[in-house]
Parts: sequence; structure tokens; C-alpha cells
Amino acid sequence: MSTTTTPPNPFLNGLWRQNPTFVQILGMCPTLAITNSVRNAIAMGLATAFVLVISNGLIAAIRKHVPKQVRIATYIAIIATAVTVTDYLVKAISIPVYKALGPFIPLIVANCLVLERAEAFAAKKPVIPSMMDGAGMGLGFAFGLTCLGTVREVLGAGTFLSVPLFGPNFEPWVLFLLPPGGFISLAIWLLVFASFRERKQRKLQAGLTEIQPAEVRS
Amino acid sequence: MNESLGHIFVDSFLINNFVLCVCLGMCSFLGLSAKFSTAWRMGVSVMFVITVSGILSYGMNIVLVMLHAEYLRLIVYIVIIAATVQLTEMFIKKNSPALFRELGVYLPLITTNCAVLAVPLFQTARNYNFVQSTVFALSASGGYCMAMCLLALVRERTELSDVPSLARGTALTLVLASVLSMAFMGFAGMGGGG
Repeated sequence: MSTTTTPPNPFLNGLWRQNPTFVQILGMCPTLAITNSVRNAIAMGLATAFVLVISNGLIAAIRKHVPKQVRIATYIAIIATAVTVTDYLVKAISIPVYKALGPFIPLIVANCLVLERAEAFAAKKPVIPSMMDGAGMGLGFAFGLTCLGTVREVLGAGTFLSVPLFGPNFEPWVLFLLPPGGFISLAIWLLVFASFRERKQRKLQAGLTEIQPAEVRS
Repeated sequence: MNESLGHIFVDSFLINNFVLCVCLGMCSFLGLSAKFSTAWRMGVSVMFVITVSGILSYGMNIVLVMLHAEYLRLIVYIVIIAATVQLTEMFIKKNSPALFRELGVYLPLITTNCAVLAVPLFQTARNYNFVQSTVFALSASGGYCMAMCLLALVRERTELSDVPSLARGTALTLVLASVLSMAFMGFAGMGGGG
């Protein structure tokens, strides 16, 4: 984390500029394990966003009372509490989703993204911006998971949100539902985003070289 | 559930390898596998932490069930892991300061490694007894260590090769991991339906 300029809106920052999946590459375990269908990806993303908002809010609220030496342990205990709440909440809302996500809801505790946000943002900022940051990061994470889930479900099962797309003669590319497909589709997304960024940079540079001669003349 | 120890070993070491087939412990797998020496050391210390915390959480789970406080399970497990990591850190610091200097940065990271938390969660979910839990913890962490070393060796090889500048870094690592993981899919038939 080395952002020199503080962006005005922590919410948008997490959603796009510091997107946890494509820019920071954090929280890879659920990103690769759960995204074999769009429904699971969205559920997982929302659960993580919920945990992030609660834990960021609580940590920001007590940030002045926690001694520096035990802060990580305190954060983890708070995160574990938030995750336990989420675990029971998901179970209450939808049993099929709970079964599909399986052990990965408790594993949100060990998601580096949650602890990283606590340490990098919530430990220094007041409650409301911290919760905004949690929501932005969480939704950015959900967006990343959905991107990945779309590729994997469309190619691996020929469906989108369990709606068949290609008719009966489509032979599903099962590999994309398995872990190797997860790795490779994340690699492809990263390449796509990297090429966008490079093109933007090149355009920026081209713009700069156009401006410079004008400045010299004046 | 009565699974034989051999089956548990093969299952968690190869067939359902934590890193390559269940996608756990990804952050350290992608982040710390650039050099073989680092990857190997990280693998061994994770093995130690997983085994100790697996055994401790087996004990704590019995206490929790006795007290009818199963909802505290997750919190207790993560505290056990954090304590084990702290203990490992102190132990290494005292006994081999040289190793501590090399591992120093990575040790606290073990706490947020999902593979470490997954072992106690899985062994509770599958109702393993004490011996089964120990074997499970050892073989799952051994599988983690092996996957780390494999990827690190491949990455050291690709260090000098000519890769398009766009694909350098994480994207290339992911492609390599995908190929490794595809190879591990080949073990899927080995379970023998057990």
C-alpha cells in the first residue's frame, strides 16, 4: 500500500482504483475456489463485503484504545466475531448457498483482504469512512469474483446464473469448473486489465509529449 | 466416519492437495514462491504451525463440545493459530537467530494463511479422531510444502526466459500454477472410491 495521494472517496477507491482482486491481488483463496458459478461468486462477495463493513467499523471505533503490541490479535478476534455472525446469517438466509460455499465462509477470517483493510485503513481513520472503505473494497471484491465466475460458468457449464445459454448441443468445457480453470481465467483477466492500463499509460505519455513542445514555445 | 490412515494421507497429500486442488493458502503460494529457499522454509514452518495448531484445536474442540459452546469454535481456532505462530516465532528467535532473520517477515503472515485455518475446520467437519487428525494435519501441510517447492522451482526456471512484458509477474505465475494444478487433477482417480 503506497498511495501517495489520498483519493477523495474511499468507496470508489476500493471499487475500482485499488480493486482487491485485479489491482492488489488479495484474498486469492475464495477468488479461485468459489467462483465456479456466478451465484456462488456473488454470495461469497457479498458475505465478504458484509464482514468488511462490520469489522472495519468496529476496529475504527476502538482504534484509540488498542495497544500497538496486541492490535493484530484484537483485529483477528473482531474479524472472527463478524465472520461467525455472517456464517449464521447465510445459514438462515439460504441453505443451498450455505452448502455450496461450505468451509469458505469461516475461512473469510483468514482472508488477507480483511486484515489488510483493518491495518491499512480502519486503524487510522474514523468510523464512517472506514465503513465506506469496507463497503467499497467488499463490492470491488464481489465485482472481481463475479467477473471470474462469469467466465468460468459460461465456458465450464454453458450457463449464466443457471440459465442455459447455448442450446443442447453445447459441450461444456469442464476444465473451467476445476481449479486449473480458475487459475487460468484469473490470469486472463489480469492480462486484460494490464493491457488496458498499459494503453492508458501510453496515451498519457503521448499526450505529455504533445504538450511539452507547446510549453517550450511559450 | 472411519477412513483408513493411508487413505487420509493420500487424499490430503495428492488427490485433494490443499493448494492445487482445493485452492487454499493462495496468498503465500503466489507471493512467496519466487525463490526456492524461501518457499522451502515457509513450507516447513507452515507444516509445523499446522500440525501443532491442528492437535491443539482437536483438544479445544472437545472442551467446547462439553461446554455446548460450538458457536465459539471459529474464534477459538483462530486464537490457537495466532498463539502457535507467536510461539513458533519466539522458539525460532531463541534457537536460531539466523533463520529468524530470514523468515522474520513471513512468520506473522502464517496467521492469515487459509490453509492453516482450514485444517482444524475440516477435521471437525469430518469427525476425525485424534490419530486421524494428526495424520490429516501432517499430510495436508506436507502437500502445501510440496506445492510451494514445485512452483518455486518452476518459477526459478522461468526467471531467465523471455516473457512478454505484460505477462510478467502474477499472470505468469497463475498460468504456471494452472498447469501444475492440471497435472494434479490426474491424481483424482487414485482414491479408489474409498
